Amino acid sequence: MTTVQLGMPTVASDPHGHLRGTESFPKAAHKALADTQLRRNLGHATRTIRAKRAAVVGEVDDWEELRRAGESIKADTMARLPELLVQLEEQVTARGGHVHWARDAEEANRIVVDLVRGTGADEVVKVKSMATQETGLNEALEAAGVAAFETDLAELIVQLSHDRPSHFLVPAIHRNRAEIREIFLREMPGVDPALTDEPRRLAMAARAHLRRKFLTAKVGISGVNFAVAETGTLSVVESEGNGRMCLTLPDTLITVMGVEKVVPTWSDLEVFLQLLPRSSTGERMNPYTSTWTGVTPGDGPQTFHLVLLDNGRSNVLASPDGRQALHCIRCSACLNVCPVYERTGGHAYGSIYPGPIGAVLSPQLTGISGPDDVNASLPYASSLCGACFDACPVRIDIPHLLVQQRAEAVAAHTRPTAQDLTMQAMAIAMTTPARFKFAEKALGLGRVLAGRKGRITGLPWPMSGWTNARDLPAPPQETFRQWWSRTHGDTQRSGAGPSTGEDA
Amino acid sequence: MRIAVVATCLGDAMFPQAPIATVQLLERLGHEVVFPADQTCCGQMHVNTGYLDTALPVVRHHVEVFAGALDDGVDAIVAPSGSCVGCVRHQHAMVARRAGDEGLAQAAEHGAARTYELSELLVDVLGLTDVGAYYPHRVTYHPTCHSLRMLRVGDKPLQLLRHVRGLQLVELPEAEVCCGFGGTFAVKNAETSTAMLADKMANVLSSRAEVCTAGDSSCLMHIGGGLSRLRSGVRTVHLAEILASTDEGDASVDAVVGGGAGSRSTQRTGEAAGAAHGHGVAR
Ligand code: SF4
Repeated sequence: MTTVQLGMPTVASDPHGHLRGTESFPKAAHKALADTQLRRNLGHATRTIRAKRAAVVGEVDDWEELRRAGESIKADTMARLPELLVQLEEQVTARGGHVHWARDAEEANRIVVDLVRGTGADEVVKVKSMATQETGLNEALEAAGVAAFETDLAELIVQLSHDRPSHFLVPAIHRNRAEIREIFLREMPGVDPALTDEPRRLAMAARAHLRRKFLTAKVGISGVNFAVAETGTLSVVESEGNGRMCLTLPDTLITVMGVEKVVPTWSDLEVFLQLLPRSSTGERMNPYTSTWTGVTPGDGPQTFHLVLLDNGRSNVLASPDGRQALHCIRCSACLNVCPVYERTGGHAYGSIYPGPIGAVLSPQLTGISGPDDVNASLPYASSLCGACFDACPVRIDIPHLLVQQRAEAVAAHTRPTAQDLTMQAMAIAMTTPARFKFAEKALGLGRVLAGRKGRITGLPWPMSGWTNARDLPAPPQETFRQWWSRTHGDTQRSGAGPSTGEDA
Repeated sequence: MRIAVVATCLGDAMFPQAPIATVQLLERLGHEVVFPADQTCCGQMHVNTGYLDTALPVVRHHVEVFAGALDDGVDAIVAPSGSCVGCVRHQHAMVARRAGDEGLAQAAEHGAARTYELSELLVDVLGLTDVGAYYPHRVTYHPTCHSLRMLRVGDKPLQLLRHVRGLQLVELPEAEVCCGFGGTFAVKNAETSTAMLADKMANVLSSRAEVCTAGDSSCLMHIGGGLSRLRSGVRTVHLAEILASTDEGDASVDAVVGGGAGSRSTQRTGEAAGAAHGHGVAR
């Protein structure tokens, strides 16, 4: 899809936007693994946030019930998504808002660009929008001569450094303070040259920069955390208050939301407002929760547009198992506990959605086009350790989805790969006991490889991936099966009762 | 009890000391052990790599072999591997249903309900935490992801280890973090896997244990392979081997397993590890 030109934002040429990177996960991870600064930043950040989350989750006695409530609300929502979206549209319209439906990223961008152009504005302030990161809206606006300013602090850092987010919650998680100071000094007009890397000083610099934008921008663009179908209410939760400025100061507010963000009722919202902050920032409650319903004369934006983005979500919904991925509330807990994410960072996943959930969501949203599709490598970017499931506040069975998506990746093989042939051959041996025994005999070869040292230290590709860093033991001189027939005869049973009788 | 043992493909071919110790332990405890000889593999590698259709006949074979054992009056099925039991319990029926074979799915569930990981069998089914073992070494326990999160064995292995005479249990920092094995993950994403392994090994070494144990030979193969490359002197030993050890010595395991000459001696960490109880094959 996109080509990266240093210093220039990328232009989304894929109609689906930023859901695919340019190289496979192992290749992209190779760079991240070599970047020791990045690994230190990531390790430090994820460890800190993991500990915070564990502490506040531990405080809630009914956490497991809350998770189950979140899970069932989501399952119910997905089961009647079309109907809830129509209800949301009716309610938003009835309260003075306008609703637009976008099939894909390109269409969503076109709608938003036209709306902004219609106001005559040449700059917009933005907050809290994974959806517009997904569609590549900033690039589309820029191409239309509109400057978009991210106002979430971390998003701002990412934008100023011409980078891409690498985490849902902390898009600049891969940066440390010193790097942020440098970015500000380089990119922020009028910044105090004596700026230090003290967090407070950095925040003050960002605040001065952003305040100018808040007061002049006529159009705000936001994402949404939840949309309540029964009243047409939209909600954004955040920590900084910048979102609230974006949502209230401009004359026109345009909100872009993925269709899965809808919840049926206010009492459902209550469940997620408990699950989200604890899972995400490790706080009992997020500092700012904004909700707005249509327009209110004389207060806040007088024009409100809601863009409902599909961009592959209908396809995900069509899969009985896979649709669970749409339950995600983007809390990032699964990223923070994932040992793979911790070492490779978000960019290795290519798509705007990183980590365990990204590894199953991205290939589902784009589909896997064939064996060379980089998104086919994502479901394998996991050791299936299961930590993501335990952390997920809505109990998405990510390990199961990973296996399902691996099956999709295998099904996309247009002709048999070497791996396919090996797997088939092994399956044949594993269903034919005589062949299995024969295959075991062939392991004697391993003893030759191991030689006198009893360890195998170098094997050809692809097993070199193993022996580059690990030894393999020599195969034993006697398999279990051989031991059994030597010690127990050819009977399948041991003699009744203790054979070496003690402690019986 | 009459107990059927799943040797597991890796256990049968590469790490026989784990299923051998399982058999010896259960026989020592007075149980009759059955080895259904037609068994091959649970199909975990196929399933976890996404070969769900290719896995189907492997799953069917496993289910049929052990259904036969159950028909033959077996009370329980045991495997010294958390991940294999995880596959049997959580994936066999899924593979069958995906292929539209409801009969196989139900047979799989029937077998899975009687299949236990070793520590589950000992603690939950046999009601034991003290199996009369003796193992005079400093040991740390790695809980393995599939035992921990797929089977939820909790602290059962630790309960068992705490009752082993002579054994000094030392804590493994960040024990619950994956060691980076993950089956084909270790080859497909070798660099990430190695980075995870490096942290696991650092934690093992910082625990100052002589032996790192776990309930899965595959994770031990990974951790042990790394420790061997480092020439660290720390050995990996399957939980079953520790539980099977007694102070009367039990040389049978030592006698039959192990690689070429000298493989063990390079790994010994001193007198104690060289005693008759050092069942771990040097990696
Ligand atoms: S999958 Fe679950 S844990 Fe991960 S970001 Fe989504 S809601 Fe959070």
